[in-house]
Amino acid sequence: MIRYALTRLGLLLVGLAVASALIFLSLRVLPGDVAQLIGGTQASPAQIAALRESLGLNVPLWQQYLDWIGGLVRGDLGTSLLTGTPVATELLDKAQVTAPLAALALTVALVVGIPLGVMSALARHRAGGTALSVAAQALAAVPVVWAGMLLVVVFAVWLGWLPPQGFPRAGWNDPGAALRALVLPAVTIGVVEGAMLLRFVRSATLQALGQDYVRTAAAKGLTRTQALLRHGLPNVGLSVITVLGLQIAGIIVGAVVIEQLFTLPGVGRMLVADVAARDLPKVQGELLALTGFVLIVGFVVDLVHRLIDPRQREAS
Amino acid sequence: MSTLKRLWSLGTGRFGILIVVLVVAVALVSLVWTPFDPASVDARARWLGPSWPHVLGTDNNGRDIASLLMAGARTTIVVAVGAGVVATVLGLALAAFGALTTRWVREGVAVLVDILIAFPVLIIAMMISAVWGGSLAVVVWSVGIGFGVNIARVTRPELRRVLHSDFVLAGRASGLNTWQNLTRHLLPNVAPVFIVQLSWGMAVAVLAEAGLSYLGFGAPVTQPSWGVLLSDLQKYIAVHPLTVVWPGLAITLTVLGLNLLGDALREAADPTLGERTTAARTHVPGVVA
Repeated sequence: MIRYALTRLGLLLVGLAVASALIFLSLRVLPGDVAQLIGGTQASPAQIAALRESLGLNVPLWQQYLDWIGGLVRGDLGTSLLTGTPVATELLDKAQVTAPLAALALTVALVVGIPLGVMSALARHRAGGTALSVAAQALAAVPVVWAGMLLVVVFAVWLGWLPPQGFPRAGWNDPGAALRALVLPAVTIGVVEGAMLLRFVRSATLQALGQDYVRTAAAKGLTRTQALLRHGLPNVGLSVITVLGLQIAGIIVGAVVIEQLFTLPGVGRMLVADVAARDLPKVQGELLALTGFVLIVGFVVDLVHRLIDPRQREAS
Repeated sequence: MSTLKRLWSLGTGRFGILIVVLVVAVALVSLVWTPFDPASVDARARWLGPSWPHVLGTDNNGRDIASLLMAGARTTIVVAVGAGVVATVLGLALAAFGALTTRWVREGVAVLVDILIAFPVLIIAMMISAVWGGSLAVVVWSVGIGFGVNIARVTRPELRRVLHSDFVLAGRASGLNTWQNLTRHLLPNVAPVFIVQLSWGMAVAVLAEAGLSYLGFGAPVTQPSWGVLLSDLQKYIAVHPLTVVWPGLAITLTVLGLNLLGDALREAADPTLGERTTAARTHVPGVVA
């Protein structure tokens, strides 16, 4: 286990190194002068020169990269070009919206996906199971932004139960309003991601139903449902853990679009604004934070999977 | 031919084919005819409900929504096909590198692919648009790269399996070089796995076009596109909620068609997959065997 964890940690570090290099290089392959691009056509040569200096563009590329990585190790993700505030501070600030949103969305996805997935597999020869399966197939094809709009129309415009967009100015000092503001966005992402999870759980359950140990348990006198619940579900759970990393990545991506739709002041909305404003040092820090998060989630998921699967534990 | 027949005999396959043919046909027709000029602004015809002659109504500028959707189908097809081409070239190149070269190159490519797969398409799109600004090319490249890596991940093991089969060995023994063997024996045998992925990748491209155009990094606002239309109409959602239904429905149906086509292709190409074992493989990238 220790050996596996160390190998996997090594892979994570390689992953972070490659990701940081890719992000760094891709934001520098621009033909022409970055300082000119950021400064615009109105900037004077002196301003451009000052900009070059402040961006650290006067030193070789490898040194710029090492400077950036050196900062990262000390927890410095860089500084915004436009506001001058540290990227890490802004990220932590915006994460107060995005992290609860992602956690809520994941909860919705799990609550929707797992029980309904198992049910649709058990009832696959009945109308209900088929209907669930068809609904999940259709929902998985829905653009998340459109799903959000439809929910806004129903629950905010027609029924007036929840705010159509925005986040309270007081933030989490007004927990009731903050939570209400996150309900529709979280449900939007959760339902679309939940539909994909449902399809996966359905497949995993169908597979478990066909296993010998479930058949044996059924032959010993359990009903098929009992046999599945007692012997099959632990295996379904294991395969759900393997897709959890992808689900979380999907939720983060969904949050970027959905924060825009609901005008939530989160990480995704900030990233979109910074990309549009070409605040390159900030975009660089944000992209690394997001990909780093996805890579770390993958690492944790792999370790957890290894820890709780007895077959893998013994193999190592 | 028999694969096509099997495809048609599956409900999902028939639905997928019909949707894809419909979208292509609508796009082709829109080149020569749409009910109204999709770009023409008519102040007297603003916000008409679904009625004759504006079957799906009009938007805030009095533009005919049905005509906009028809013209938008062209954008969708350009993006889906473009992303498909990029993903094919990149995916097959990476897979070939990962299967046919010496050991350390192989392992290096495998690790690289494992890392790249952690980059969501949207993040790749953000990386590209931060530098070059948003455009349809951004959508094509980001989905192409994102899904190309996926194709490589799925195709590589298949390529390696076929590589060790007798007919490839026989090919080599009869004097074919690596390239000839690749094109004559290897690629035709991995094609089923790869085409299924391609169909799903195009579905992702359609979704990405909508999402990125909504965020302002996709199609320019002047171009008819389902994503742009969605973001235009969203501004008036409180007053005219019904209008956003149409572009969303167009996107959903297209994505559903491509997804089902992929499912059916998988089933048609591999008849050994029975009702029970369809379960073994799923959509989720990285889990697809």
